[in-house]
Amino acid sequence: MTDTGIGARVARKEDQRFIMGKGRYVDDIHLPRETYAYFLRSPHAHAKIDAIDTRAAQAAPGVLAVLTGEDAAADKIGGLICGWMIHSMDGSPMRAGPHPVLAQGKVRYVGDHVAVVVAETLAQAKSAAELIDVSYTELDPVVDPADAPGGKSLVHDGIERNTVFEWSLGNKDATDAEFAKAAHVTKLEFRNNRLIPNAIEPRAAIGAYDPAEEHFTLYTTSQNPHVARLVISAFVGIAPEHKLRVIAPDVGGGFGSKIFIYAEEVVCLWASKRIGGRPVRWTAERSESFLCDAHGRDHVTTAELACDRDGKIRALRAHTIANMGAYLSTFASSVPTYLYATLLSGQYDIPQIYCEVDAVYTNTAPVDAYRGAGRPEATYVVERLVETAARELKIDPAEFRRRNFITQFPHQTPVIMAYDAGDYHASLNRALELADFNGFAARKAESSRRGKLRGIGYSTYIEACGIAPSAAVGSLGCGVGLWESAEVRVNPVGTVEVLTGSHSHGQGHETTFAQLVSDRLGIALDQVSIVHGDTDKVQFGMGTYGSRSGAVGMSAIAKALDKIEAKARKVAAHVMEAAEGDIEFRNGSFTVKGTDRKMGFGEVALAAYVAHKFPTSEIEPGLKEGAFHDPTNFTFPAGCHICELEVDPETGVVTIAKWTAVDDFGTLINPLIVEGQVHGGIAQGVGQALTEGAIYDEESGQLITGSYMDYCMPRASDLPSFTLGFVETRCPSNPLGMKGCGEAGAIAAPAAVMNALTDALGVRDLPMPATPQVVWEVASARQAAE
Amino acid sequence: MPVVAMTVNGSKVSGDVEGRTLLVDFLRNQLNLTGTHVGCDTSQCGACTVLIDGRAVKSCTVLAASCGGAEVTTIEGLARNGKLHPMQEAFREHHGLQCGFCTPGMIMTAVDMVSRKGKSLSEETVRHELEGNICRCTGYHNIVKAIQAGASRM
Repeated sequence: MTDTGIGARVARKEDQRFIMGKGRYVDDIHLPRETYAYFLRSPHAHAKIDAIDTRAAQAAPGVLAVLTGEDAAADKIGGLICGWMIHSMDGSPMRAGPHPVLAQGKVRYVGDHVAVVVAETLAQAKSAAELIDVSYTELDPVVDPADAPGGKSLVHDGIERNTVFEWSLGNKDATDAEFAKAAHVTKLEFRNNRLIPNAIEPRAAIGAYDPAEEHFTLYTTSQNPHVARLVISAFVGIAPEHKLRVIAPDVGGGFGSKIFIYAEEVVCLWASKRIGGRPVRWTAERSESFLCDAHGRDHVTTAELACDRDGKIRALRAHTIANMGAYLSTFASSVPTYLYATLLSGQYDIPQIYCEVDAVYTNTAPVDAYRGAGRPEATYVVERLVETAARELKIDPAEFRRRNFITQFPHQTPVIMAYDAGDYHASLNRALELADFNGFAARKAESSRRGKLRGIGYSTYIEACGIAPSAAVGSLGCGVGLWESAEVRVNPVGTVEVLTGSHSHGQGHETTFAQLVSDRLGIALDQVSIVHGDTDKVQFGMGTYGSRSGAVGMSAIAKALDKIEAKARKVAAHVMEAAEGDIEFRNGSFTVKGTDRKMGFGEVALAAYVAHKFPTSEIEPGLKEGAFHDPTNFTFPAGCHICELEVDPETGVVTIAKWTAVDDFGTLINPLIVEGQVHGGIAQGVGQALTEGAIYDEESGQLITGSYMDYCMPRASDLPSFTLGFVETRCPSNPLGMKGCGEAGAIAAPAAVMNALTDALGVRDLPMPATPQVVWEVASARQAAE
Repeated sequence: MPVVAMTVNGSKVSGDVEGRTLLVDFLRNQLNLTGTHVGCDTSQCGACTVLIDGRAVKSCTVLAASCGGAEVTTIEGLARNGKLHPMQEAFREHHGLQCGFCTPGMIMTAVDMVSRKGKSLSEETVRHELEGNICRCTGYHNIVKAIQAGASRM
């Protein structure tokens, strides 16, 4: 352990370039002879394309190419795929409609890609796009997911009832039997509102084809460049993997939305080849981000909880209609299934659980993973049900939770997961203490004297992160393995480069990963570089999402470091003429037990490279090791968030007075960074509960919330400072004991807010987002009734 | 095309601009000062904030041609002689950034905030003054702390 090792609260290494304005994002990169792409997008939610006349656009100044879906088909450019196969209850495979990179015959949502113009300047490309003449025959759009199965038209011809799959998990008969004999049943119906991720860096891509080498390079805003390369090679067919390099440099936030492989990335590559190899660049305008980035959530759910008289939960059942949008995005099918229903046990010992999910197509943007991905939806179901049941049974909500907490580990839930470690009483108790729960009644009375309504709400959430092992996810339908790779290269002077398949887009890997190296090798942080985001440098990797980079990515690095240490010991033993078993390694020095013989890590590295003092027939020269790590289980971060808020009944404005979060993420590498992850997650969860919601016009399918004037992002004045605490139970399924922290806040927060708000208003339920208008209407009705 | 001349980060610069060229595009594409970011192109997110004659302005809403003779400061111009500005230091020390994309705009807004509101800023003041800057990563918690700390050291 060093003062920059595991557990050290060190400032981030990568910040230097960002605070100086020297970050290198895709749109900052310029290549010689580059050209600009502009996409003509569908103005209709659902329409048949009768004809596209591009002649005038082709002839416009500066235009190099105008390409449509017909051109893509002629060039045998494949469509985009969904990489997780889900089977319906009847055993049939999910029905995935084609997802062409440019529309073929039909457009399926407002913003769907119709054509691309490539020109010398962006202004020329835009002007030319206005000259493209598209004849459409409008069709009835399918907008409301609940109506999709009986909808007036089909989003994809031949996919009846607009249904992708009808899936279930759990034992229906046993669950129904518990409900039939339950003393108390709590039922809620709600919509988990649709969200737009809104990373502040818009998506961007630069495609560059080198005709001499028949080689492509793609610069893209990706959370997983190797997966992008795999899909674009193997399914889209742009080029074999060794002829395609994908670079994801600094990426300005992702939150899931930059996991997926998008049409624009493919089109920029293909168009570059079409125009003879000049690079083609594209950067989304914010309105394009709203229309075309994959959205999140959008579940319509009915959920029930069966309890006995003294508040012991007997069973939970849920039915969810999951809106997939117009096309199945890269991992869309996994989100409302294995990332959702498997978490419906929450932190509770629930004997029976049954969940049905109908995934449907609508004429809206594709929906896929967004921070938390399925787990916020599950937590919302469980925590709203639990809080409501406690109130109905007149049991204190904290006490109700305590009566049902899982306390023995490992714990097998009825929905696949085997929780490995946790202490849910500890996080609840600590949170109540930090939140000064005992003072709440006095604070509520004080609010009341000012004419305000005060409420408090809990969310004792659980999530599953570091999705693995590969064989298990494969058996559930995942098309890839979910391991991670690492390579540790020690230079002859003892400095270290770590190549990782994880990708940092705000998470601080350049610091936390270096802390692990510093901890293990006893060298300073500035002696370590973390390399990621380039398929030519890093051999392969699965990228960053699902809070996996610590638990899976760092575990791979730890494994590689084990190998480095093992080899360095051999080298040191030869150089110091000692038995390998007598070599000790501590604080960056190799010593021979019981002697004063000593070599620094750098000296051993140099000895490994000059290779003068050991038999190279037994020990290869050099010091470089790689590792792939496949975890033995998911990890299970959990905790308790408490929201205390105040409502102004005159205006409907909700002010969050106090936010307390106590999380168990296992081992913390850098508490400063972990806290930042929690803060950001809470803000997104509060956004879901109070301000954010993507709304499509029911008649036309137009996105009404298409700008920051209409889609309300949380601002600094909407949020308080947060009070954080931690409990730590080590995760047993990885060498570092880490669980992951990236999504917790977004998972926990919506239920905490809505539990607090319903408490303040004395109502059973409210829709999200609970905007001032929604709250004002409820508060006014309540006051009128009083 | 008209020629515009201005002072950017203390250096006199000039360039040919179309009438429609935005200041942010002039900075990014002609001067290669890519620290100023475009996050929304509708002047709501604040990632493009720069100082024009000492006042924070969203450079996606200003025509380059209208900046003739102006003194423009971008994020690249804050550090002096290799020494970071106190506000830059504070953002690093307090983990006031994650992905870094909104950060230049946040820092420029913060510098402007101090020049208008002084070095002793309450949490409430900072949160209110950040109305025009959106961050999706940090939940603002550490940005607020950083600005308060940076202000006190300016």
